[in-house]
Amino acid sequence: MISQHLPVLQVVVPLLFAPLCVLLRRHTLVWCVALLVSWCSFFIAILLLQQVLAEGEIVYAMGGWDAPWGIEYRLDILNAFVLLIITGIASVVMSFARESVLKEIAEDRIYLFYTAFLLNLTGLCGVVITGDAFNMFVFIEIASLSSYAMISASQQRQALLAAYRYLILGTVGATFILIGVGLLYAMTGTLNIADLAVRIKEVENTRTIITAFAFFTVGLCIKFGLFPLHYWLPNAYTYAPSVVSAFLSGTTSKVFIYVLLRFLFTIFGAEYAFDVMLLDRILMVVAILAIISGSLAAIYQDNIKKMLAYSSIAQIGYMILGISLVSVSGLMAGILHLFNHALIKTALFMIVACIFFRFDSVLLKDLKGVGRQMPWTTMAFVIGGLSLIGTPLTVGFISKWYLIVAALEKDWWWLAALILLGSILAVIYIWKVVEVIYFQSSNTDSQSSQFKEAPLSMLIPVWVIILANIYFGVNASLTTGIARQAAVYLLGGP
Amino acid sequence: MENLLGLYNYWVAIALMMMGFYIVIANENLIKKLIGLNIFQVSVFILFISMGYLDQGTAPIYSEAYTQYSAPLPHVLILTAIVVGIATTALGLALTVRIYQAYGSINEAEIAEMDQD
Repeated sequence: MISQHLPVLQVVVPLLFAPLCVLLRRHTLVWCVALLVSWCSFFIAILLLQQVLAEGEIVYAMGGWDAPWGIEYRLDILNAFVLLIITGIASVVMSFARESVLKEIAEDRIYLFYTAFLLNLTGLCGVVITGDAFNMFVFIEIASLSSYAMISASQQRQALLAAYRYLILGTVGATFILIGVGLLYAMTGTLNIADLAVRIKEVENTRTIITAFAFFTVGLCIKFGLFPLHYWLPNAYTYAPSVVSAFLSGTTSKVFIYVLLRFLFTIFGAEYAFDVMLLDRILMVVAILAIISGSLAAIYQDNIKKMLAYSSIAQIGYMILGISLVSVSGLMAGILHLFNHALIKTALFMIVACIFFRFDSVLLKDLKGVGRQMPWTTMAFVIGGLSLIGTPLTVGFISKWYLIVAALEKDWWWLAALILLGSILAVIYIWKVVEVIYFQSSNTDSQSSQFKEAPLSMLIPVWVIILANIYFGVNASLTTGIARQAAVYLLGGP
Repeated sequence: MENLLGLYNYWVAIALMMMGFYIVIANENLIKKLIGLNIFQVSVFILFISMGYLDQGTAPIYSEAYTQYSAPLPHVLILTAIVVGIATTALGLALTVRIYQAYGSINEAEIAEMDQD
């Protein structure tokens, strides 16, 4: 009975509990609610993925109104997988959040922060699960507005300007998407994604559809921070509370890349997007620039969070590069990297949160010799860093491997070389941190022998996600299997 | 001529869109940026509403006297989009207030300079 309504529960549960947080107000209580809701969503996402794997697509008509009149929720292998990523990251981050949030956010604002978090989760799940283009826009705005609020919850004043700039650019991006939806509706008379995909074929070559296509692509690229539209991203991730950086870096960009996939492959069709509009060439050039420039910028940062933010820009480049190859293995690498990068970046941002918790700083110059005082945390950082670089036995390796395989399939040796160059640049910036925390002597000698490990409530979630990094790097059959199935599905295979 | 007058609404929408967008990019005053953003969003609303309108069409309430109705769906969508727009503006203004409290300025260049040192 209830399993029938799982798709809608995925969105409704966090939505209903968000106002409850405002009423409860006590921060421990509110944290418990947020934790419970996140794990509950994760559980729902697992059930949905199992159901999709077993029975194929799930279609859920909202309120019993059949599509295309009503709004439908439609789950296939791709968005069930993305849902799993979002809710999984949400539950790990929430398990971790309590101490870190207490430290970094003013106490009278904590309940509002958790409210914004649950709304953000609602928005992200909604974007992924919905099968209606306008509904998607509304969920995008719910997710974005709550993320601006979460970023501005930080006690650093730079966070305010970062949130403001994100708000301006994010709204421009969302409005572009709205224009795209409007133009599509004008030509086809429908907002349902499955319906759009059918009807768009007749009007494909009109100027209106070309305009809609351009607005969609640019709007979405602003939203996930593709180079050169990434202007908002570094500061937003740097000055946001650490928990927020960890959550947003693992989820937001993934969700918008999913939306891009949905629009390009399901609505417009791969043939139109890549053979007629030649988007793959544009995306490939931009992705390579993102990888190189993001990694180079990361090398020159002396703030670890900013370094990780620039590295995110590079990693988004890898995902887009995979998509721009338009082959099963390329797409598969892109989709796989959605999952793998979520694991890597969330882990690294959580580790930085632990360091900030003890040392009140994320600047490299203040963190000399931290390795001796926080051995477990810094060891996790090393493993996470290795995963980011793409060393074997970690998840980072798996996505880079498939990306290089996809490049070699086309005999593009230069592209494989560029991917490896990106990894080498990652070695440099990760090594810069490792050198400071392990091999430089501490600023204050008297404290250097003291043991200042992060509390267990933070350390355990960090190690859970770090071990997940290793587990899915050793036994990748589950994730690669799903990613391959999703890639074949997107390219219109069986 | 028909393109010029017949598509009057669209010309206005595009003009407003470009004006709003220009203000967002070029202005350094945080409040004026938000005003620009609002103009930009409103132009999109006009675009949607114009698409739904039919020449000589009336409100879509069934009656024997009329045969042509405007499409109601774009209008309803815009109601939702207006609500979203209000939420965005409110959040933007709230952020501006807090930026002013923290920096004593609402000029983006001045604020960026203050963070340099």
